Amino acid sequence: MSTPISLVPGPSLRNEADYAFCPGCGHGPVLDALNEALVRLELAPHEVVIVSDIGCSGLSDQYFTTSAFHGLHGRSITYASGIKLARPELNVVVIMGDGGTGIGGAHLLAAARRNIGITVLVLNNFNFGMTGGQHSTTTPTGFVTSTTPGGNLERPLDICATVGVNGAAYAYRGTSFDGDLSERMAEGITTAGFAMLDVWDLCTAYFVRNNKFSRRKIDQTMEAIGLEPGVLYRRDRPEFAAEYRRLAEETDDTLRAQPVVPSAAASLGRRAHFVVAGSAGGRVRSTARLVAEAAMEGGWWSAQRDDYPITVKSGPSVSEVIISPEEIHYSGVGRPDVLVIVSEDGWGKAAPYLEAMTDEGTVFVAAGLPQPETAARVLIVDPAAASPPIARASRALAMVGHAVESTGIVPFDQFEKVAGRGAFGEKNLGLIAAGVELIES
Amino acid sequence: MRGALAAGCDFFAGYPITPASSILMMMLRYLPARGGIGIQGEDEIASIGMCIGAAMTGARAMTATSGPGISLYSENIGLAVMGEVPLVIVDVQRLGPSTGAATTTAQGDVQFVRWGTGGGFPIIALCPSTVGECYTLTMKAFDLAERFRCPVFVLADKEIALTMRTVDAGRFEEVPVRERSVVDPADTDPPAVYRYEPAGDVVPMQLYGGRHAVRFTGSTHDQRAYITKNPETVGALNEHLIRKISDHVDEIAVAEADLGEGATTLLVSYGVTAGSVRDTIAIARAGGAKVSALTIQSLWPVPEALIRSAAQGVERVVVAELNPGLYAREIERILSDLEVVSLARTDGRLIAPTELIELIK
Repeated sequence: MSTPISLVPGPSLRNEADYAFCPGCGHGPVLDALNEALVRLELAPHEVVIVSDIGCSGLSDQYFTTSAFHGLHGRSITYASGIKLARPELNVVVIMGDGGTGIGGAHLLAAARRNIGITVLVLNNFNFGMTGGQHSTTTPTGFVTSTTPGGNLERPLDICATVGVNGAAYAYRGTSFDGDLSERMAEGITTAGFAMLDVWDLCTAYFVRNNKFSRRKIDQTMEAIGLEPGVLYRRDRPEFAAEYRRLAEETDDTLRAQPVVPSAAASLGRRAHFVVAGSAGGRVRSTARLVAEAAMEGGWWSAQRDDYPITVKSGPSVSEVIISPEEIHYSGVGRPDVLVIVSEDGWGKAAPYLEAMTDEGTVFVAAGLPQPETAARVLIVDPAAASPPIARASRALAMVGHAVESTGIVPFDQFEKVAGRGAFGEKNLGLIAAGVELIES
Repeated sequence: MRGALAAGCDFFAGYPITPASSILMMMLRYLPARGGIGIQGEDEIASIGMCIGAAMTGARAMTATSGPGISLYSENIGLAVMGEVPLVIVDVQRLGPSTGAATTTAQGDVQFVRWGTGGGFPIIALCPSTVGECYTLTMKAFDLAERFRCPVFVLADKEIALTMRTVDAGRFEEVPVRERSVVDPADTDPPAVYRYEPAGDVVPMQLYGGRHAVRFTGSTHDQRAYITKNPETVGALNEHLIRKISDHVDEIAVAEADLGEGATTLLVSYGVTAGSVRDTIAIARAGGAKVSALTIQSLWPVPEALIRSAAQGVERVVVAELNPGLYAREIERILSDLEVVSLARTDGRLIAPTELIELIK
């Protein structure tokens, strides 16, 4: 990976504003190095977006003539990612403090894993300077801050290793005193993928004062805690925004509506309610959907409302289907015309339906479940006793097939037509046929 | 989702959450082939952050979540307000508080989206009551986002998002979505990025990627987007942010009034509850009751004129909603001389027409 460095420097991208940083603060020299890097790369102001975080480093964008985005604390990487994804040709440089690596740690990880082509400069001075010198993720163990008066108990974050082992294309650790800082920044900016520069510097307002910290102590601390300086990771990996576009070109998955064209004239006299109560994972919803689709084929309106827990294949699953000759507004089912109780899970959800049903309704109950107390007609069928026995996951379809054939809530031939479609069509029809054969008692 | 695509949405970022995940999955599936970008963020904060960044390059951005996700969007909603970023935020409401019940419908975020970020500045929120309205109001949300350069909420709910229904897609109403008003990208010497005078006047956006540098900040700023605390400048900025919405309530207001001759009761609803009201009205009128209905599609800013007009001549107003009576307080405030009855459900059940009928006199 080489860095194209111009021998003919372009115009400065610094504006006339003086830095508002404290005397001796390291941020100014780091920003000077950034300007030098941008000049070396001959970038025009509109080709660069500086995304600044919050804190003293968050003032940084105001000293440049480039485009700038000053957002929320810890979230600078997210804005930068959005900008880069939408306009990959832009050079997007995030400037954040060590504080941002804590609150925005998830974004740091995600950006490295994606290898999105942004450059992140961490102006790392080991504490929150703007808010009163509190400790941060990078405060070395034992050091004093306003929130670690007895010395910091936490271990400092190894920023470079964190992004490095998680896929970053480039990671460099250095200090604001490094003579080659602007070259390293230029390297980072020209790296196609995610580039991190962890730049250690002095907070003269707090950290220097509280810890007798100095330029020499930066180097000593680095060594003492075993964090190496220099370019620590270089990795050639596809950049996310470019890779996304490459994959997008290979897809032609556009949204195509597949309208249902009614094949029969509506003949239903009134709104009817059909409810299947079974177990999650027992194909309750897909079975109910066949009833709804059969109704649509018949030119009726239908709605399917599912009630299930947040688990996927355990617990109860109840589907309510409304079929109506008119458009359906209220999608609740107070009183079913037909209720199918497939399993114990379903039984547990059936009480309000059973209570509401009248003698005009029909309940189909799997054998072995308690006898329902209801005004409706109750029919017991036993899918487990069929020959061959119908597996648990298939009982909803078999019982609903039986109920549809028995009650005609939707025409049985339409139901079979819908169920017979697709890869599972033949299997569906077999189960429905087995269901129809079940003996009512 | 279809409304968003029809409106030209070309950037989507979201994080999985029931009952909004189907929007995420559909957008990520269908955007690539249309030249758009769809991405699953590492969390909700990243998702809305990426949308804001992308919108600043000219993208028509949308994100979708449920109540818990809105909590995480909160700070960035303020950023979009402050930086005047067009953005559509879909909130598919579920029962709360907290994790609540992910697969249970509710309308508990009605006041939350209004006041969900610091500062109390105006917000636009549209609320579909049918699948067709999801389509139309999502398009309208994109249009309003461009018109006012601000985040616009589409406040859906689990019932509308996850209940499958027959729809007549041929009847979905298309609304025109205006192009983003932008400063010519080729312009190398553009005006200041913001303008506060006259207050409420929305100026063309300047986007990253053109021939000029563009500044953006979430801090109080002057018209060139440099941080300032100058009270005159900050006052003008905030007055502008308020008035660009509050001076244009009539332009945003959408409600469907079904007024009955000599009606004595007005049923007010929005979202999923409107379906119950529609059935109730049919049943009640068949029984000879004199009743009107108002379905509010633009919850924020409150369409006060439309509410007053629909309530003319009635004696009592029933507000039906699946929350502790959150919008009823707006109705009580506007119609303070009428009897306002709040029918509020928080148990996860829908409001049935049988319940509403009992409240019609």
